[in-house]
Amino acid sequence: MLDWAWIVDHLDDLAARTIQHLALAAIAVGVGFLISFAMALWAVRRRSVYVPISAIAGILYTVPSLALFAALVPITGLSILTAEVPLVLYTLLIFIRNIVAGFDAIPADVLESADGMGYGRDRRLWQVELPLAVPLVVAGIRLASVSTIGLVTISGIIGDRFGGLGFFIFEGYRHSFPTEIFAGALPTILLAVAVDVSLVAVQDRLTPWAQPVTAAGRVRPA
Amino acid sequence: MNLVVATAAWLSDPANWQGRGSIPTRLLEHIALSGVSLALAIAIALPIGLWIGHTRRGATLAVNLANLGRALPSLAVIGLVLPITAALDPQNGFKLYPTVIAMVALAAPPILVNAYAGVAGVDPDFVESARGMGMTEAGILRRVEIPVALPVIAGGIRSGAVQIVATATLGAIFGGPGLGQFIVEAISQNDDGKLFGGVVLIAALSLATEVAFAAIQRAATSPGLRAPARAWQSRSVPDGSEGAQASS
Repeated sequence: MLDWAWIVDHLDDLAARTIQHLALAAIAVGVGFLISFAMALWAVRRRSVYVPISAIAGILYTVPSLALFAALVPITGLSILTAEVPLVLYTLLIFIRNIVAGFDAIPADVLESADGMGYGRDRRLWQVELPLAVPLVVAGIRLASVSTIGLVTISGIIGDRFGGLGFFIFEGYRHSFPTEIFAGALPTILLAVAVDVSLVAVQDRLTPWAQPVTAAGRVRPA
Repeated sequence: MNLVVATAAWLSDPANWQGRGSIPTRLLEHIALSGVSLALAIAIALPIGLWIGHTRRGATLAVNLANLGRALPSLAVIGLVLPITAALDPQNGFKLYPTVIAMVALAAPPILVNAYAGVAGVDPDFVESARGMGMTEAGILRRVEIPVALPVIAGGIRSGAVQIVATATLGAIFGGPGLGQFIVEAISQNDDGKLFGGVVLIAALSLATEVAFAAIQRAATSPGLRAPARAWQSRSVPDGSEGAQASS
């Protein structure tokens, strides 16, 4: 079923594409986080902008990735922007929702205490609200990272220069060669699961008080 | 501006609206493929989710598996299944089966988790009262737990449906049916009008799916539950799970 010799021969290529995969994902998560953070702070301070911001992010999120990558080709050509813009756009909804939810979860009496202690608006934001919002922000980073790792594969539709491990999936299809498709698919899944599991560990570290709750108890309905 | 003109020209060309590979055919293929996959995913995930929600047996395992399922990248799932199905059936095993399997595998987790969470989240007083009135366990599930949990259950089906429509698009990369074909063809033919036309159609279908299932979800909410349901919805969704796993 699989041609193991091909895999052994292409370990260097696989390693190079894995690095590209992680780099494309890291840029998108980083840029997406910065944009979302600014938008979320704006939404927290001015509640009226939250609904339009999350509606726009939600509509973008619903558009299938194959279409969004393809849509940018005539506009930004074959540059790295064509790969990164959709990846960044897909992180926005996840980040904005989680950051705003993180701020919303802060009990009102904590904020009142801070006000009563004479904290100004900015100092309260950075020293009280932000640290308390960290667990949900990290949960957002986890969801965004895992989702971006999956989406990087689809950027291979733009051309051979992109796609990370997804390159092998596209090339394998062109050559009708299942082994190559598999060699792109399996490491992508392992990468996504590894990032998910390690960020869960970070999340648990940051929220020791949530430990007694079982995994089942932490599930939130969609 | 040329892009808009080219897209409008492609979308309004009568030749693109009839025959094999036309817009209506591709749209129907896409909807049929998605419908069958959604039905399969519901048939598999819903009974398991309801059963776990009612009995609480195996909840941790099922929810962990489902959360792991949410982390799976769709294109990679198609690629993982492909060598197996291609070995079994060289024709459909390359073009169709891997996509359908991925669609079912990716839609099942949100359906299962929501069915479980919805039923498990029903006020225990309701269940106790029903039991005290002498209702059977099956009766409690059917007449108390499912109606109360229906909005949450429908929310899971909605996430699954959006995910499925997106994954069906990806199936075109492997020569599968559906609207994604326009994009794959347009890229190899360097046809911007067709490319953008395809993008418009796919985006429209995805948004229509989201809107339609959101309406179903609203309709599934019993009138007696509407006020608390609204309070439940306005509560922030801390892990961004509402629809947020639907990308692919």
